[in-house]
Amino acid sequence: MKIAVCIKQVPEGDARLVIDADGISIADADLATEINESDQYALESGLRLAESQGGEVVVVCLGPDRAEEAIRRALAMGAGRAIHLNDPAFQGGDAAATARALAAAIERENVDLVLTGLQSDDAGWAQTGPILAARLGWPSATLIMEIEPEGDTIKVKRELEAGWFQWVRLPLPALLTIQSGISTVRYATLKGIMGAKKKEIAKVTPADIGLAPDEVGGAGRKTRTTRLYVPEKTTGAEIIEGDTATAVATLVEKLQKEAKVL
Amino acid sequence: MVTQLRRLNDIQQEVVRTARDFAEQELAPHVAEWDRRGHFPRAAVDALGELGFLGMLMPEEWGGSGLDTVTYLLALEEIAKVDPSLAVSMSVHNSLPSQMLLTYGTDELKERYLRSMTAGKMLAAFALSEADAGSDPAAMMCRAQLDGDRYVLNGAKAWVTNGGTADVIVAMARTSDDGARGISAFVIEPTWDGFSVGKEEKKMGLKSSNTTEIVFDDLEVPVANRLGEEGHGLKYALASLEHGRLGIAAQALGIAEACLTLSIDYARERHAFGQPIAEFQGLRFQLATLAAEVAAARALTYAAADKQDLGGSARKEVSMAKLLASQAAMKAAVNAVQVHGGYGYTRDYPVERYFRDAKVTQIYEGTSEIQQLVIASELFGD
Repeated sequence: MKIAVCIKQVPEGDARLVIDADGISIADADLATEINESDQYALESGLRLAESQGGEVVVVCLGPDRAEEAIRRALAMGAGRAIHLNDPAFQGGDAAATARALAAAIERENVDLVLTGLQSDDAGWAQTGPILAARLGWPSATLIMEIEPEGDTIKVKRELEAGWFQWVRLPLPALLTIQSGISTVRYATLKGIMGAKKKEIAKVTPADIGLAPDEVGGAGRKTRTTRLYVPEKTTGAEIIEGDTATAVATLVEKLQKEAKVL
Repeated sequence: MVTQLRRLNDIQQEVVRTARDFAEQELAPHVAEWDRRGHFPRAAVDALGELGFLGMLMPEEWGGSGLDTVTYLLALEEIAKVDPSLAVSMSVHNSLPSQMLLTYGTDELKERYLRSMTAGKMLAAFALSEADAGSDPAAMMCRAQLDGDRYVLNGAKAWVTNGGTADVIVAMARTSDDGARGISAFVIEPTWDGFSVGKEEKKMGLKSSNTTEIVFDDLEVPVANRLGEEGHGLKYALASLEHGRLGIAAQALGIAEACLTLSIDYARERHAFGQPIAEFQGLRFQLATLAAEVAAARALTYAAADKQDLGGSARKEVSMAKLLASQAAMKAAVNAVQVHGGYGYTRDYPVERYFRDAKVTQIYEGTSEIQQLVIASELFGD
């Protein structure tokens, strides 16, 4: 089974984010980064499948030079080789532009299965996976919690709302977006880290995958970010008076009718 | 890290990340409980071994990662930041017995012990000190009497880290009365007849590290398990301590760094007189000076490691690093308890544990006074 795993390099969870001068992106110089969390689970799932079914895991990552750190990490964890979509033209894309580039790279690989994370921890659109599947013309399933390969098909468990699950069968090739927590993500061992040095990272430009520079990245966007900001702090709290029973009743009513969270 | 100065290379970044993730996910949730129960977490040691952290300095030929001292210390610091007790097990294993087997062991001994040690399948200990021979190891009494193709060992060794948990021990014993030149080094297995674990020390800190006396009562050791030449054991042991001491310096830096970070975080949260205590200049200046001292100790430690990696002796620099890093750790720990006030004096906060753990870095693998002796003897060319 040949599996492509798409990974994205994102700021670390506790990184101190600063909005760039353009007002629509995060300043990324000296930013501590990691592999997007659900992408780590996608990678772990891919490695487990390759181990149980035989086959290889190819990591696909779109990002600038610094994304090589995330790619090396994936190789250290056990991926066989990597494709790095690294060209100024790829930068600044939205889910549609990124999926288009990833699809063009993956089409050349004859893979049986593509795994992505459910969504990125920074932009969080949760669209790259599904759009990528559409671009490839393959069936896809999202929010995957369990994977059972069955030869030419694959059976997967999806997480629904309110503790419900759903089992779905898809023909291969297919694309799955993986939910965080599906398994325990392995650590890169020291041997893996040393061995990753010798693994291939193929650097790919738009021309290498048959795309024009204006089809990808900022030029290929379907959406436009107009403003990025930290929510402003506001004051205003309401003290609910009365004895416990009254206060609780009032609170529940307010949560239902005003805050609409219950 | 608030006091990190170096720009790490790709491999170092990756190794540090694995060490940090492992420490935060597998150790941090348990470390307070392990300390309270005095529990030695063998499973965590095994996990360290599986990741490759117990063979970091050993060549790939013997199953190790063949990494340099700098990378090893970076990883050790990450472990020490979270669990100084586990860090000392890791330091002892990687440095003292591993170095001695690599340098003085026959291929047969390396095949039998070192390969399992680098894979983390055997945890190793190092037995040099005795109850009446600590800073002055040449005063040791433990004897090894040659009898045909074996030595018969009698006596007791003290303060053995991993003493009751090790699978293999490198022990020094007296083969003649010729003072420092009458000591030899042996590789022994705790399962052999005549070996027993003595008293476990009730320590102030490093409570989840296992420190015991070990006792030899007509313990028979094959001549093939002697390391190097008869009578050279003390010289070998003291040379391996150069590696060990840098490990302790890194452990101390990990403690210091953790204490600084905890102090900064707490000072931001804790309010007094209507503002976070982080706003008070008295506290800010204290932490600023402390951070500079920790950074200086770090610079010295890694400079010594660089020198060691380039080959040749870094005896003076290693002792300087161990002296200052352990001093910085103790100061940072005392300060962290002070910053935390009454809470710092309770077990509800981790600083009291670091406070207890820090002290021993000024004592073991050469007290601060021994480091001063070493530095002075290098200065005066004795």
